Amino acid sequence: MRKALILAVTLLVLGGGALFYAVRAARVAPAQEAAFDLARPGQIVVRDHASGFVRGSRTRCERFATAAGTGVCLVTEVAKTYAVVVDRTMKQTRRLHIAGIPSRARVSPTGRMISWTVFVTGDSYNKGGFSTWTGILDNRTGYAITNMEEIPLTKDGRRYHSADVNYWGVTFAGDDNRFYATVSTRGRTYLVEGDYGRWQARVLRENAECPSLSPDGRRLVFKKLMPGGRWRLHGLDLASMKETPLAEPAHVDDQAAWLDDRTVMYAKGPDVWAVPADGTGAPRLLVANASSPTVVR
Amino acid sequence: MYISGFRYRGLTMAVPANVLALGMVSLVTDISSEMVTAVLPYYAVLVLGLSPLAYGLLDGLYFGVTAVVRLAAGHAADRWQRRKLVAGLGYALSAVCKLGLMAAGGSVGLLGAVVAADRTGKGLRTAPRDALISLSASPDTQGQAFGVHRAMDTVGAFLGPLAAFAVLGATGAYDVVFVVSFAIAVLGVVLLVLYVREQPPVVVPVPAVRPRVTLALLREPRFRGICLLAAGLGLVTVSDPFVYLLLQKGTGIAPEHFPLLPLGTAAVYLLLAVPVGRLADRWGRVPVFMLGHVALVCVYALLGGGAPYWLVLGVFGFFYAATDGVLMAAAGPLLPAHLRTSGLALLQTGQAVARMLCSIMYGAAWTFFGPVPGLVVMGAGIVACLAFWKVVR
Repeated sequence: MRKALILAVTLLVLGGGALFYAVRAARVAPAQEAAFDLARPGQIVVRDHASGFVRGSRTRCERFATAAGTGVCLVTEVAKTYAVVVDRTMKQTRRLHIAGIPSRARVSPTGRMISWTVFVTGDSYNKGGFSTWTGILDNRTGYAITNMEEIPLTKDGRRYHSADVNYWGVTFAGDDNRFYATVSTRGRTYLVEGDYGRWQARVLRENAECPSLSPDGRRLVFKKLMPGGRWRLHGLDLASMKETPLAEPAHVDDQAAWLDDRTVMYAKGPDVWAVPADGTGAPRLLVANASSPTVVR
Repeated sequence: MYISGFRYRGLTMAVPANVLALGMVSLVTDISSEMVTAVLPYYAVLVLGLSPLAYGLLDGLYFGVTAVVRLAAGHAADRWQRRKLVAGLGYALSAVCKLGLMAAGGSVGLLGAVVAADRTGKGLRTAPRDALISLSASPDTQGQAFGVHRAMDTVGAFLGPLAAFAVLGATGAYDVVFVVSFAIAVLGVVLLVLYVREQPPVVVPVPAVRPRVTLALLREPRFRGICLLAAGLGLVTVSDPFVYLLLQKGTGIAPEHFPLLPLGTAAVYLLLAVPVGRLADRWGRVPVFMLGHVALVCVYALLGGGAPYWLVLGVFGFFYAATDGVLMAAAGPLLPAHLRTSGLALLQTGQAVARMLCSIMYGAAWTFFGPVPGLVVMGAGIVACLAFWKVVR
């Protein structure tokens, strides 16, 4: 009898405590600002890090990117993930069911090519490997590739075959055809250059992940795995293939975005920071409590 | 909540109340831990912003710690004859870790440490808990007792992800999942304290327990045989994630259903744990354990041959039902009561180390030769182990 009483009290206290916490923490959608316009030039669109809402809107996303009045919002709803394409007022124009945990999202400068990476893991704290699925949507035709891992790949001048290829972090050039991405195979990662129309890709160099192409199409910024398992942002001049470490010494695990032709921005901890893309200068805090930054051009 | 055993008299007669109480503790604790397991990758990537590769690195380096902890916990529980206390510490540590997940904030290093501490808690509690089950049941009903416990445990593993996504769907906040998981874990500890009794209940003067005495257990030929068999088979047992990954690749199951695959195995395990445990009591536990590994060879063959997923999951579930609890049921009665925890800890650690080595080897083989050649080697290894056992015995 005494035991039953203790148990009943325990249940009451634990249940009440958990319920109180849940009610307090439940998210409420804010109202969208009347002047919100995804296409307004010069603004930096970000996702609020704490709440997950695209700042100024009432749309919640895990990852967000935008260009030319088109946005892509990767959202997870009770273990289901969608890539939602939105117009300049954040109204949904297309919605694709994609599977996995959102990792990266991009829109090409013209707003036509939309790409994303999700990753898929097994059970229990991930005991053995993961696999990524990277998709590309042509928003003009509506044609979508949900997993680009079948793309013919050339490495060292030869066609490369391996069952374990994983792609992530796509970035498109202004012609909506040339793109860059990361491929991982046999324990190494490589930077690849892809041709969407011909549907082929070739390896450019080793150890470069989540590339981001500058607005002028001449430089890439990517994260490079350093000794000790930390990533550091590096810049690459595509004409000379000269690589430069950026002046951000900290560990950065994000696909950078370009603030202007000379500066990149990226999530570091809970904030968005900026640093020159040529290795000079110093990192500076750009937007506090934010992630997924995009500048509207 | 009542312990079901007090109500269902028919079952209570066959299954000791202590086993049901331990089953209830495991059920509740598994709901709590599987809640976290289900959402942790989402939390790490979506909230902390880890890339998949970084998330992979988070894990896997702490295995050595848990192996040592398991042996030390077994030793401590026997030395002081306080199995319930050591198990309770393990449950309590894992409960606190649920709050630690929130406290870790955005730090990947801290998150890794909390995950490691959570595993340490699991390492602490497993052997004392299994020793309590073993000591609570009569030698001829060990298989059934472990079957009942594992079935209840699996019910918890089933409910956990459902609970997690229900909470996440209702609130949209990961920290609420952690808080609810913590509350449920505390309930598990309270159930343990209130309803689980130390076995044997009367503390009689026991011979001194030293590490040397534990190792001397291996001189007993039958226990040594089981340890060697379990470790040998562990070396050729491909770990679950590989099995599910192969299954997903082979059958083209949509990746969003990927997390559901283990639930299929669990469902079969849940249904078969008790009947197969009873069968083991009647037929002999080692033969059933070996039959389970024959089923594992079938799983490899089915995976290689592209069989439908439900068949693979079914046979894989049978493998679990015929090996996991059955191995403990086989080894328990061979060990003197005062050394049972350390003996079971030794057996579990040997098996876990062997399986970990297998994962590394198989992972490397997959990378260089593709998935199938490794499977063939592992399957042949199982057959060789079983044949060797038949011959030397």
